Amino acid sequence: MRGGRKGAPLSERIIRGHPASGTPITGSALVAQDNFSARYDLDRIKGVFSRPSHILHGQSYVGRILVLEAAKGGVATAWMLREMAAREMAPLALLFNFANPIMAQGAAFAGIPVMDRFEEDITRAVRSGERLTVEPGNGIVRIHGPA
Amino acid sequence: MRVPTLTDPRGADFKAYKRIRQSETIVALERRAIEALRALGIMMTDTCIIYQTIQPPTFGEHVAYGDTGSTIYANSVLGARSNFEGGPAALSAALTGRVPRYGFHLEERRRGSTLFRLEDRPRCLSDWGAVGGIVGRSMTSYWEVPVIAGVSAPVRSDELKHFGAALASFGSTPLFHMVGITPEARDLATAFDGTPPQAHPIGRADIDAFYASYGVEGEGLDVVVFAAPQMSLFEMEQLAGLLDGKRVHGKTTVLIATSPEVKAASDRMGLTETIETSGAIVLEGVCFYQMHAREIGEANGWRTLMTNSAKLVNIIGGYGYQPTLRPMERCIACAVAGKVLP
Repeated sequence: MRGGRKGAPLSERIIRGHPASGTPITGSALVAQDNFSARYDLDRIKGVFSRPSHILHGQSYVGRILVLEAAKGGVATAWMLREMAAREMAPLALLFNFANPIMAQGAAFAGIPVMDRFEEDITRAVRSGERLTVEPGNGIVRIHGPA
Repeated sequence: MRVPTLTDPRGADFKAYKRIRQSETIVALERRAIEALRALGIMMTDTCIIYQTIQPPTFGEHVAYGDTGSTIYANSVLGARSNFEGGPAALSAALTGRVPRYGFHLEERRRGSTLFRLEDRPRCLSDWGAVGGIVGRSMTSYWEVPVIAGVSAPVRSDELKHFGAALASFGSTPLFHMVGITPEARDLATAFDGTPPQAHPIGRADIDAFYASYGVEGEGLDVVVFAAPQMSLFEMEQLAGLLDGKRVHGKTTVLIATSPEVKAASDRMGLTETIETSGAIVLEGVCFYQMHAREIGEANGWRTLMTNSAKLVNIIGGYGYQPTLRPMERCIACAVAGKVLP
């Protein structure tokens, strides 16, 4: 049942994706029609997007639910996410149209919920600032609307 | 370790770190990591070009590589089988002698999905990297397998190295086929297991536009980097030839990263001496972007960076550098002039 569920508040929407690892979590979305690599795109010390060509350049990702197109780049994300989480400078969750094995390994290792392959383009279904609940085990994302 | 286990480039060259102002803190961390890896029985090869220096995997051999450039080369050029494994997953594979049975270990995942046709032959290594970057930028997921047609004559290992490294970096892509060149693409029908899709053409204008998307001409040049992937012996010879009798500009630093094996061979053959007489610095067992690039950039005041590696220009922009891509010969000419020239 797309766009709602029994008992859900009227303003809540549900989007289904591929079930994945991680515990349910609620937070604020940070969305871009752009890709993601922890190595290429981030200043992990300052907690901001640092690649000048990235749409989110200069924005803080700490404690946000990142909603992006695809995992790109190399293997470093597989350990960098855990290092970021250890310093409490990590995103809250990761949602992609397409993740990759590195992102899956890295998120699982870091204990960060991750999901991908949604029934619609997740970067267009969600807007920055909206509150989301990510339920990886159930394969759903609840969009509660503006914070 | 259940299977031979090797290391990628380190973050510091213990013989040269002071020359590029790397901190003792970073070097101390490196020493601790090496001690731990040695205690596990891992061979410190410190290279991302094991297929050119240590031992290439063979057709059908299952491997677990935590290095994208090595993975794409092993999968595509040699027909070995690997996914991208992160460090922790590769370490798990080493401890168990097992990898999860999925993805590019499976025959059915290895067929082509998107077709590109080269209209113009790339002229140099950075051209091959640019083509890899163009294809990689268009990749939408890890599972997409690009097939390159239109390559009529054999391609050298270094050319495929730069093409693959850039494709893997821009695309998060572990496998490509090149029709008539790589072993799983004898012809178009084999590459796609049937009728191929319509081809996307890539020509000289696309390659030129790729170069133009990086850098600002006329600026002073702080650092020129040859790395990502490390230099083969052939590249070292080419660099020595280009730098012989030249002098690198006083305000520009030239860094050349290679594997310990190639460095030893370069020392023996006099290539290192020729290169370093020009003022350039040869580093062994490291790769630039893994050397705490932001910190050494800040310590040395480096901002403008030139390289012939498309992979490096993709990575390094987020580390406070303004990168420019040029062919190797132009990189050397710019290093001598101390400026970002066309």
